[in-house]
Amino acid sequence: MIDEGLRNELSKQGVVVTGFQDLYNWGRKNSLWPMQFGLACCAIEMIATAMARFDLSRFGSEVFRNSPRQSDLMIVAGTVTKKMAPQVVRLYNQMSEPKYVIAMGACAISGGPFKQGYNVLKGIDRFIPVDVHIPGCPPRPEALLHALITLQEKISKETFTGPGRPRHLDPNAPSEFPIPVCGPDDLTPPSNPEVWRPPTMVRED
Amino acid sequence: MTGSYSTNEFLAVLLLVAILFPIGPLLAAWSWAKFMCPAKPGPHKNAIYECGLESKGDAWVQFRSEYYLYALIFLVFDVETLFLLPFAAAFKGLPLGAFAAMLFFLLLLVEGLVWAWRKGLLAWK
Repeated sequence: MIDEGLRNELSKQGVVVTGFQDLYNWGRKNSLWPMQFGLACCAIEMIATAMARFDLSRFGSEVFRNSPRQSDLMIVAGTVTKKMAPQVVRLYNQMSEPKYVIAMGACAISGGPFKQGYNVLKGIDRFIPVDVHIPGCPPRPEALLHALITLQEKISKETFTGPGRPRHLDPNAPSEFPIPVCGPDDLTPPSNPEVWRPPTMVRED
Repeated sequence: MTGSYSTNEFLAVLLLVAILFPIGPLLAAWSWAKFMCPAKPGPHKNAIYECGLESKGDAWVQFRSEYYLYALIFLVFDVETLFLLPFAAAFKGLPLGAFAAMLFFLLLLVEGLVWAWRKGLLAWK
């Protein structure tokens, strides 16, 4: 590792010194390709984010791909119904590694206003690992841009080795997650325990 | 510095660079993909369909090969018509040789049509 003071001194002289890992992460974080996939109202905001006014392409991820094979970012934009959840998980499974997920909007992260309903999944993080959650109903394009920048910061901090390494560099981590099946009453299983553990409520008396 | 270099030495360097320049990045990309992005195949990832829905039944589309034959014959005559247009436009000013050549071309065109007809290519099976 290069000394931080020396690196600063060199950068003042116009010499950029970087490591392999930083270069790798820099390249990856600035070339996220989202999948063109929207479910409900949030998708309209997602479309607006890609349009000229908000211009997602400033962050290097304007290339919305129509195929999961070519995408590495899934923006779950909108209400995930229980009928649609298997398709979302299947598309996630078909994406290439390394892959990331942004859950956009109240519905995608928790079921939102439809949480008490029978047909809406109470958060896509029950089945696939979500990297960034965006609250709001629907969140404005700025919120999606902020989520993208947050994800980019997360990617830039990833390491090659060690326990904090990303999932795609862990040979034991799964690339595919079990796809739920529409049962008579609910999705079976209703959640993937490897991904989602319900938070334990601690009441302070 | 003066030295005597033969052209062959420069050619050898050029060849070396010409080989290394495309191969190097390819090798780097290959090794990058090999070591930095472990392939994690699976039944869903290797599945054909990409819309999220599972395919039901046979997905093969029945398409008769005669369509290709018709399209090919149409294309051939279509392109030949392209040659007939300037022939018609410059008809009055053509010298005898060009006229004869064009007649020969027309003969070939008709001959091709007759051949296709006799072979039964235009009959729908």
